[in-house]
Amino acid sequence: MTGPVAVPEPAVAAAPAGLPLLRIDHVTVDFDGFKALNDLDLTIQAGTLTVVIGPNGAGKSTMCDTVIGRVRPTSGRILFRGEDISRQPEHGIVGRGICRKFQTPGVLVGLSVYENLVIAATQDRRWWKSLTFQPPRAVREKAEAVLETVGLADRREALAGALSHGEKQWLEIGMVVATDAELLLLDEPTAGMGAAESTRTAEIIRDLIGAHSVLVIDHDIDFVEQLGGHVAVLHQGSVFKEGSLAQVRNDPDVASIYLGRPKA
Amino acid sequence: MTLPSLKAIGLLAAVALAAAAPFYLSGYNLSLTGRFLALSLTAMGLVLLWGEGGILSLGQGVFFGLGGYAIAMHLKLAGLETGEVMPDFMVWSNLKALPWWWSLFKNPLAALLGVVVVPAAVAAAFGWLVFRRRIGGVYFALITQALALAFATLLISQQAYTGGFNGLTNYKVLFGFNMNSQGFAMGLYWTTLAVVTLAGVGAWMLTRSRFGKLLRATRDNTNRVRFLGYDPTPYKIIAFAVAGALAGLSGALFALHAGVISPALVGVVPSIEMVVWAAVGGRASLPGAVAGALLVNFAKDKVSSAAPEFWLYALGLIFILVVTALPKGLAGLFPEGSLKRPAPPEPEAEVAA
Repeated sequence: MTGPVAVPEPAVAAAPAGLPLLRIDHVTVDFDGFKALNDLDLTIQAGTLTVVIGPNGAGKSTMCDTVIGRVRPTSGRILFRGEDISRQPEHGIVGRGICRKFQTPGVLVGLSVYENLVIAATQDRRWWKSLTFQPPRAVREKAEAVLETVGLADRREALAGALSHGEKQWLEIGMVVATDAELLLLDEPTAGMGAAESTRTAEIIRDLIGAHSVLVIDHDIDFVEQLGGHVAVLHQGSVFKEGSLAQVRNDPDVASIYLGRPKA
Repeated sequence: MTLPSLKAIGLLAAVALAAAAPFYLSGYNLSLTGRFLALSLTAMGLVLLWGEGGILSLGQGVFFGLGGYAIAMHLKLAGLETGEVMPDFMVWSNLKALPWWWSLFKNPLAALLGVVVVPAAVAAAFGWLVFRRRIGGVYFALITQALALAFATLLISQQAYTGGFNGLTNYKVLFGFNMNSQGFAMGLYWTTLAVVTLAGVGAWMLTRSRFGKLLRATRDNTNRVRFLGYDPTPYKIIAFAVAGALAGLSGALFALHAGVISPALVGVVPSIEMVVWAAVGGRASLPGAVAGALLVNFAKDKVSSAAPEFWLYALGLIFILVVTALPKGLAGLFPEGSLKRPAPPEPEAEVAA
């Protein structure tokens, strides 16, 4: 069940400046014999956009789970700026600069939109620092700025639980952005959205690139097209093809496993 | 006038009304009111733990008992006649000397500290063991229930040290005051009211702090909080410890009012009753907790004096009625706390109960 042992590349050690932001290094995740990830190898450079597509069960969400520490690799390593984070606690991984939006919106329903963003934007997350009423000025300013970024300024005081589905998705994208994480994992950010909302979401995400590296998982090819960026096709737990959307779209093998199928 | 200031005025009026109670209530009703106000501290702790934190404990009787026994041990030692070295039940159990951990409670300040610190520390240690392993929801409720059963069983079995089934009773003096005087009853009532008011303000401030918001966040979506980079465990441990401290304070004041603390007051059924007080008042409302504790216990007093065997059925009936018809308890009859909050949170499937 063990994958190949990864040998650190000499070039990496010699030139830390050229280090990729994230390296999923031959990772296998074995759920009692079912390999959700099978020797998956994927590299993300700083300031870029990567879109991961693939049929249901290809391992897209498991890949995100593994990066953020919700699922631990059976073999292989997750390297973030060259550091192996695959045994770090979840909050330690976020602290290093990786944050994820979940597939079903994971907003904090009992708090206001602004309070959600304040919790996300707080950088010092030790519990005794929370025994005050006002968050630090920098946190408040960050929360206000993100309200504008995701277009929820007029919903500032609304309870997150009272938002529409699309607004919840935007709020959670905003929370992920507010953490100031360098790498953002967005798992199906347009799930349950209409065409206009999807387009708006693509705009929000495109504006993040550069300041952040973004990894998006999505099913919706129109949305992927709006996003642009590097596309990786996952199939049976491994990277099947990589390239531009046009390249993977015209690949007959990809068509046979994914694009050729009628969308559910 | 805004809704929050109306509520503040209402609460101030309620405190003033309660403070004046010795002038218009009969001795019997006053004594019951004081006793039930003491119990409401436990319900307030459950508001923090269960209402705000989403952690249902069916074992608050343990912490109530620790506080009650802590003050009772002091009272037994303070009430010793000259020449006596240990309480009578220890003599009857053929103990040779006062156990060292009893003698710690001889000092009144140590006893007062113990009332709060012992339950809080036990709760924190237990919480650390349990929450670190991400045990929650129904499993947590069941474990705490077992804890309450074990605690009551332990108290009964260790008769030489705890007074066994009868518990600790027959108190005489507290900090030099004769406990059987009329003045003591009045002083105890006002002290209880002051403690309840202060604890209520403190608990309210905690819910309004960033800590309180994070606690609510872990209630609604522990995973989201974890993957925003927080460790949710300390928030849960502290909520449990604070609820434990409030229950301990509650148990100590109750022991002073009732003149007894015994295993029958700390076991499984009392622990469930405590949850019912909070549920009736509204599990996310601090004033509701006080109202619920008073209401349920006055009902218990009336039902028990008319038909004692019927009380458990009545309790079950109250619980069913509240859960089905009034899920937010009595507090649900009032509009939401702040004008800023237009809609109550919808119950979501992913809420970690």
